[in-house]
Amino acid sequence: MVKLDSKVPKGKLADKWTDYKNHIDLVNPANKRNIDIIVIGTGLAGGAAAATLAELGYNVKAFCYQDSPRRAHSIAAQGGINAAKNYMGDGDSDYRLFYDTVKGGDYRSREANVYRLAEVSGNIIDQCVAQGVPFARDYGGLLDNRSFGGVLVSRTFYAKGQTGQQLLLGAYSAMNRQIARGKITMYNRHEMLDVVKIDGKARGIIARNLLTGKIERHSAHAVVIASGGYGNVYFLSTNAMGSNTTAAWKIHKKGAYFANPCYTQIHPTCIPRSGDYQSKLTLMSESLRNDGRIWVPKHKEDVTAIREGKLKPTQITEENRDYYLERRYPAFGNLVPRDVASRAAKERCDAGFGVNKTGEAVYLDFKSAIQRYGKEQALLHGNQSPSKEEILKLGEAIIEAKYGNLFQMYEKIVAENPYKTPMMIYPATHYTMGGVWVDYNLMTTVPGLYCIGEANFSDHGANRLGASALMQGLADGYFVLPYTIGDYLSDDIRTGEIATDTIEFEEAEKEVKERLEFFINNKGTHSVDYFHKKLGSVMWSKVGMARNEKHLKEAIAEIKEIREDFWKNVKVTGSLNEFNQELEKAGRVADFLELGELFALDALHRNESCGGHFREESVEKEGPQKGEALRNDKDYTYVAAWEYKGEPSDAVLHKEQLEFKDIELKTRSYK
Amino acid sequence: MNLTLKIWRQKGPNDKGQMVDYKVTDISEHMSFLEMIDVLNEQLVEKDKEPVAFDHDCREGICGMCSMYINGEAHGPDRGITTCQLHMRSFKNGDTITIEPFRAASFPVIKDLVVDRMAFERIQQAGGFISVNTSGNTQDANAIPISKHAADQAMDAATCIGCGACVATCKNSSAMLFVAAKVSQYALLPQGQVEATDRVLNMVKQMDDEGFGNCTNTAACEVECPKGISLENIARMNREFLKASL
Repeated sequence: MVKLDSKVPKGKLADKWTDYKNHIDLVNPANKRNIDIIVIGTGLAGGAAAATLAELGYNVKAFCYQDSPRRAHSIAAQGGINAAKNYMGDGDSDYRLFYDTVKGGDYRSREANVYRLAEVSGNIIDQCVAQGVPFARDYGGLLDNRSFGGVLVSRTFYAKGQTGQQLLLGAYSAMNRQIARGKITMYNRHEMLDVVKIDGKARGIIARNLLTGKIERHSAHAVVIASGGYGNVYFLSTNAMGSNTTAAWKIHKKGAYFANPCYTQIHPTCIPRSGDYQSKLTLMSESLRNDGRIWVPKHKEDVTAIREGKLKPTQITEENRDYYLERRYPAFGNLVPRDVASRAAKERCDAGFGVNKTGEAVYLDFKSAIQRYGKEQALLHGNQSPSKEEILKLGEAIIEAKYGNLFQMYEKIVAENPYKTPMMIYPATHYTMGGVWVDYNLMTTVPGLYCIGEANFSDHGANRLGASALMQGLADGYFVLPYTIGDYLSDDIRTGEIATDTIEFEEAEKEVKERLEFFINNKGTHSVDYFHKKLGSVMWSKVGMARNEKHLKEAIAEIKEIREDFWKNVKVTGSLNEFNQELEKAGRVADFLELGELFALDALHRNESCGGHFREESVEKEGPQKGEALRNDKDYTYVAAWEYKGEPSDAVLHKEQLEFKDIELKTRSYK
Repeated sequence: MNLTLKIWRQKGPNDKGQMVDYKVTDISEHMSFLEMIDVLNEQLVEKDKEPVAFDHDCREGICGMCSMYINGEAHGPDRGITTCQLHMRSFKNGDTITIEPFRAASFPVIKDLVVDRMAFERIQQAGGFISVNTSGNTQDANAIPISKHAADQAMDAATCIGCGACVATCKNSSAMLFVAAKVSQYALLPQGQVEATDRVLNMVKQMDDEGFGNCTNTAACEVECPKGISLENIARMNREFLKASL
């Protein structure tokens, strides 16, 4: 059995990373030319890693299922990226960013990893600006910052509401430079379907060319998984339709432990569901909470009138509105962390105050901000007594400059003008903090197999703060992995090219082919989506925002039933050797059906409330925090890393005890 | 609402394609266009027929994966959106909707509504980057102030999602707007100056080698661009190109 060793270097927290870099083994430039690295996924983590490793001189083979690396789902991140630059002079520092991230993660992340993340955060901004990323600037030409949930400083850099897009295009441009040089071989429209191990080390993958259906063998000295999160286990999420857990799950089945699968982020500001045909949910950036105020009506009769279409939200006066976040959390107000905001919305909607027909929606209102900005702008324009219309016009112009694309997106989906009437929002699955277990080197429990970005578990604990996903993806890809992987590869300089005509590749390929053939030949009764929707509905209702023992046990049994039904009755049209989107989906859903069960099992075992994981059994019973989440540090200050043993329910739990030497464990209070 | 769909079906890159008629019923006005196609595909699978292949991923208008030529317009009748953001409220009961792949010689059809946009990749690889290695000691991000105006304009150009609507909609199948967006982004920023000459020459050469047509200032691309990339960028690229060629 593998013993979990986090390999965190000794020494003071602030010195660990520097000391580590000074003492690791390096690979000389001539030898790098003889070393191949496979990177799966081309989002911020994978794209940044592929580009940087190629710059260093390694031969990189990069894979993505989309038709271009630029389409990875990092592109959809809106709000921004955190960095401890302290450009605003509001007291920010590496330590504060570290502190906020650990606290925001509810003390369930690994201290040393988080400190390193904070330490390299400033480099990311420097690097991106050098690449030509057009961040927002002030009139003096310097970079602008905004504030995000769960923190008391402004450290978020942004490019309108399209920060993820601009950062990804930056990494993509760096990749293109290396593709042109021949240092990256790019495999678009390819999907990794298994990892190949030789003598215990990761030495290659089996991939399917999605255009032709051809099964291919690719070898390398190390394999990096950067395939993103598993939010689509819920069927409905803000993830892209193709986002999947297959690469991460396949390596789990080959020996990589899977950590904290139950830590999922339900994002508070998404456009509510409108019907059963819904295929995905759309996020409205958290940055909107800087200027938007969240409320529901105070009185049930107003709720009823709104649902019946007899009353408009703009007709409800201030005293009849319940700004519940400002009421419950006066210190942070609308900027409480995501998990807190989501549960508060659920609480109001469960109590019957939801404002649309499904009863699952709250208002996000920009009226106050429009007024505030309008008055400020009028003064700036020398207008001492502006009319109501002038204020509105000036205020709306500022809101448009800040969030124009988001407002447009909302209007296109809902067909309502959010400048004139409040937006409706409701929480939706957005990000998964859990993922493949990695040590300080970002290596999994399989030697030579790395996992970076959202796909790993390491930096966000039980809850991720806004604008930290982009930071972590780029930190891993640009500044961490390129160092740590060299230390491992320094032993491989004499290995030479890895052959693919070996028994290991043959067996892995056979297994992959058999599974694909099964899908095509099964000729069942129901489509892949039918099963995916069933799984999603169990996950959302029983393993969603609030969880309890009874529901989790039911979920485990139900997911097992759906999985058995799937393997008997799934229908996949078309054939193997062609572009076949149904076949792609079948493989992904098969893996979600296993992961979903482990997810519920992990949620069941963790009988405490922490971050995004809320157990109804574990709440404060009295005092000012009554009803709020109750963490149990005595019994659960560990990472739950699961070892695959066949059926998901047979998984064996390994614990990595978390130590907090530089930070005091406190109850997270945003009151 | 009930609709008739006329959809281009083509088995593979070398097969002959044809328009095929389908009926869909009980379509909600709140559905997105792609959700309507999901409904059709679910029906087809139910009847053991092959679903319609189409590209899509983020379904929120930013990845640039979805395409489709709907009733003779790239991304359909609405403005400033991709196909995934088009909603059925833009149509009415009884409508017949024609759905084709993006049409351009440089975007060969892969299957049904899916086209190959690798030509765009090769153009980006020819010069769509600033040559800066990742080092951890690049100069401080605030070392070079950039006027807000230039930064905003660069951002507007940089919002291109690489979907190819500009090419599909252009009578010449020109890729000028796509290439100009990248050239402009870097031309407006100090960081892009060092390689400006090579960049514009190399990217334009690659664009021509890929067989895209020339620009005749029709501006259909600007109208159909889901991100509203301005024609000004083409003028800027022409200036850059002229400057580089002198």
